[in-house]
Amino acid sequence: MTDTVGIVIVSHSADIAKGTADMVRQMVGTEVKVAFCGGNPDGGLGTSVPLIIDAINDVWSPKGVAVLVDLGGAETNSEMAVEMLEPERRDLVVVCNAPIVEGAVMAATEAAGGSSLAQVKAVAEELSAD
Amino acid sequence: MSVQPETFKSLLKAAAEQVIASAPELTSLDQAIGDGDHGTNMKRGFEAVLGKLDAISAQPLDEAFKTIGKTLVMTVGGASGPLYGSFFLAAGEALSHDKHLPDDLADVFGSAVNAVSARGRSQAGEKTMLDVLVPVLETLRTAAGQPDLIARVRTTAAEAVERTAPMQATKGRASFLGARSVGHVDPGARSSCVLVQAICAGLEGRQ
Repeated sequence: MTDTVGIVIVSHSADIAKGTADMVRQMVGTEVKVAFCGGNPDGGLGTSVPLIIDAINDVWSPKGVAVLVDLGGAETNSEMAVEMLEPERRDLVVVCNAPIVEGAVMAATEAAGGSSLAQVKAVAEELSAD
Repeated sequence: MSVQPETFKSLLKAAAEQVIASAPELTSLDQAIGDGDHGTNMKRGFEAVLGKLDAISAQPLDEAFKTIGKTLVMTVGGASGPLYGSFFLAAGEALSHDKHLPDDLADVFGSAVNAVSARGRSQAGEKTMLDVLVPVLETLRTAAGQPDLIARVRTTAAEAVERTAPMQATKGRASFLGARSVGHVDPGARSSCVLVQAICAGLEGRQ
């Protein structure tokens, strides 16, 4: 099996993160690795840097990992998580500026075709273009 | 001149306890213009710091600041984790590179404030914690070496936090409210003020 870009879904809500991952699974299948996390370190609404780091490492691919986030704190925490990865992995992870559900589905669809990380990011971010 | 480990420990403890004690106020400010979790998030982060107080205080100062930053990043659970985390990580980084406390306080604080600005892609005037941190930095620079420096920093922080009330948020969750964010003090500015005031009070108690 050829490598595909991994997808990470980061929501403030564990339910939204899981639901988004379920939608990706149903629409794109299982050829793309998808990880998700939601909730703060106490399990309440929020995001958690250690959980994001684990999710990125879980779906690690030599082609890189695209992260989809919901609200501001998820983005800030995801960027922090990327910086805390092993140095050789940092440049191969991008946080996409895209709506979480549509972005995750589009990114995973693009990734399934074997596209590069830059292509996956660009397709997800087309959703945010005016 | 350098910061004694016991001084550092007591200041850190006081700052953490003040943040924890302010959690209800921070949460109620955040309920007005954010998502209402700033108090509980900051409390969780600084409780984790307090839990490591002995270990942190036993470290060299630069490593101690980095441990505080990393602890906040890993435990806060909101955007304030990376923001305050970056503040302390950058302070530690500055101390690892030929900066010393208390002599280079303004420079170290400046590096820390820059890191917050970069992390949040934000500047002063956008109704954030930077609206307290930037004026405090300015006072640290202009009043460096003055006998009333601590008192001036306290006043600066107290006045700066009030000035966030009429501002309209353009960054963070409060920005979704647009004009409706006007009239409320920013919770992040308030927590920065709490930290600064706690350090000042601790230093004054030692004079």
